Amino acid sequence: MSFDDAYGALTDHDDDTRWAYGTGFADPLAGVPAAIPPGVDRAALAEYCLMLGDDALIMSHRLQQWVTLAPELEDEVAIANIALDLLGQARLLLTRAAEASADVAPAPAAASSAAAPAPVAASSAAGDAPVAASSAAGDASTGARGEDALAFGRGPAEFRNVQLVERADADFAHLVARLLAFATWRLAVLDRLRDTADPILAAVATKAVKELTYHREYAAHWVVRLGDGTDESHSRMQSAIDALWPLLAELDHEPSPLAPTTWRPEFNAILSQVLTAATVAEPAAAPAESSAAAPAESSAAAPAESSAADASLSTEAPDAVSAVDDAAEMSLPGATLPPTHRGGGGGGARAANFEISPLAESGRDGVHTPALAEILDEMQGLARSVPGGVW
Amino acid sequence: MNHEWPLFEVFVRAKRGLNHVHVGSLRAADHTMALHHARDLYTRRNEGVSIWVVRSDDVVSSGPDDKEPFFAPSGDKAYRHPTYYAIPDSVPHI
Repeated sequence: MSFDDAYGALTDHDDDTRWAYGTGFADPLAGVPAAIPPGVDRAALAEYCLMLGDDALIMSHRLQQWVTLAPELEDEVAIANIALDLLGQARLLLTRAAEASADVAPAPAAASSAAAPAPVAASSAAGDAPVAASSAAGDASTGARGEDALAFGRGPAEFRNVQLVERADADFAHLVARLLAFATWRLAVLDRLRDTADPILAAVATKAVKELTYHREYAAHWVVRLGDGTDESHSRMQSAIDALWPLLAELDHEPSPLAPTTWRPEFNAILSQVLTAATVAEPAAAPAESSAAAPAESSAAAPAESSAADASLSTEAPDAVSAVDDAAEMSLPGATLPPTHRGGGGGGARAANFEISPLAESGRDGVHTPALAEILDEMQGLARSVPGGVW
Repeated sequence: MNHEWPLFEVFVRAKRGLNHVHVGSLRAADHTMALHHARDLYTRRNEGVSIWVVRSDDVVSSGPDDKEPFFAPSGDKAYRHPTYYAIPDSVPHI
């Protein structure tokens, strides 16, 4: 009877014990076998996890620097949430990198911490025989020290992140433009890694896709708001896109054999649609492969191309895009907000060290702008002054 | 800073809850941004599965002056509660 069904909703859950606000957290790696399958090249897996982990770690740090500087308190929390999502991804990926191969870990000289070399050796020994490694407490602590050694024990030349993530942002428009490109790229890549051979990398990708979908949506809305806002916000958004554009060429330089290669059409389509909605022009000096992609970059042709490239995304991309379109059509009160008021002064100075490197010098090969060294000075400061310190 | 963003009230439905509960307020430029902000501010500790946002100036509220005529009259009508009535021994299953 319908009367009974209404109350049936009360029991529509799996566990009814001690539930309360803020409980019910789940481990994204629960039930995922930790052993590396025999067919997987351990060195390649370690390297690629390192690249993806470094991207997330450095981008997270740049986002964290905006906390206390964002134009609104609400956006500050949003940016902090995104930074924490990325930090979580970085931790899992760096841990996996350390598990997969000892070679990615910093040399003992670099990591003066006495604890650093030990876990690396341990995970290597465990990995030589692909036993069904349990993700019990022993492995977990090993992984934690592996991730710390990688995050805090390496110098700039050992980091493998793309230069896109290390740049400082001149103002809030630069931040959201960069975040849009980063989230769109990473979402397209990780979406294609959900069925990769390594179960842990696949599980991290599956978890990250949900997070990145929101990151992309958040950034896209702001790009549209500012681009389609006042004259001032529009010109700042345009200059942010102009500054972003040269950094996108590097994304095509992906040395890892595990890296998906089919993400470009989706990336170009999404970016093009957001910029169209934002009434921001794509810079004339387009990113790599643009000579081939440019004719198809009209917003009308883009969705078809995107879904053709990867049917699994056909349900996701239009959602994000339609939301963006909705935002574009609205008569935005946001047009009156002053989100970029910090653009001058200190903000401008922070971007002064940003230089575009030729494609041949990619962050994936360990070539970075001076901005990365600055980040590491800050991020590794404590670990350098108190080697091996815990609390 | 004198910004122009209007105030929104936020209601979140918890996983096990059947109703949306008022959890706080925030400022946003429009409803879409208010939903995003509500997600970022009020559900980051796994609190909810659904969000409502309502413009605060769309909420019609009773005022302090209404207190006596609105609420005092029900204060002495205990017979409106089922527990007011004694159940005869001859009525089972209650």
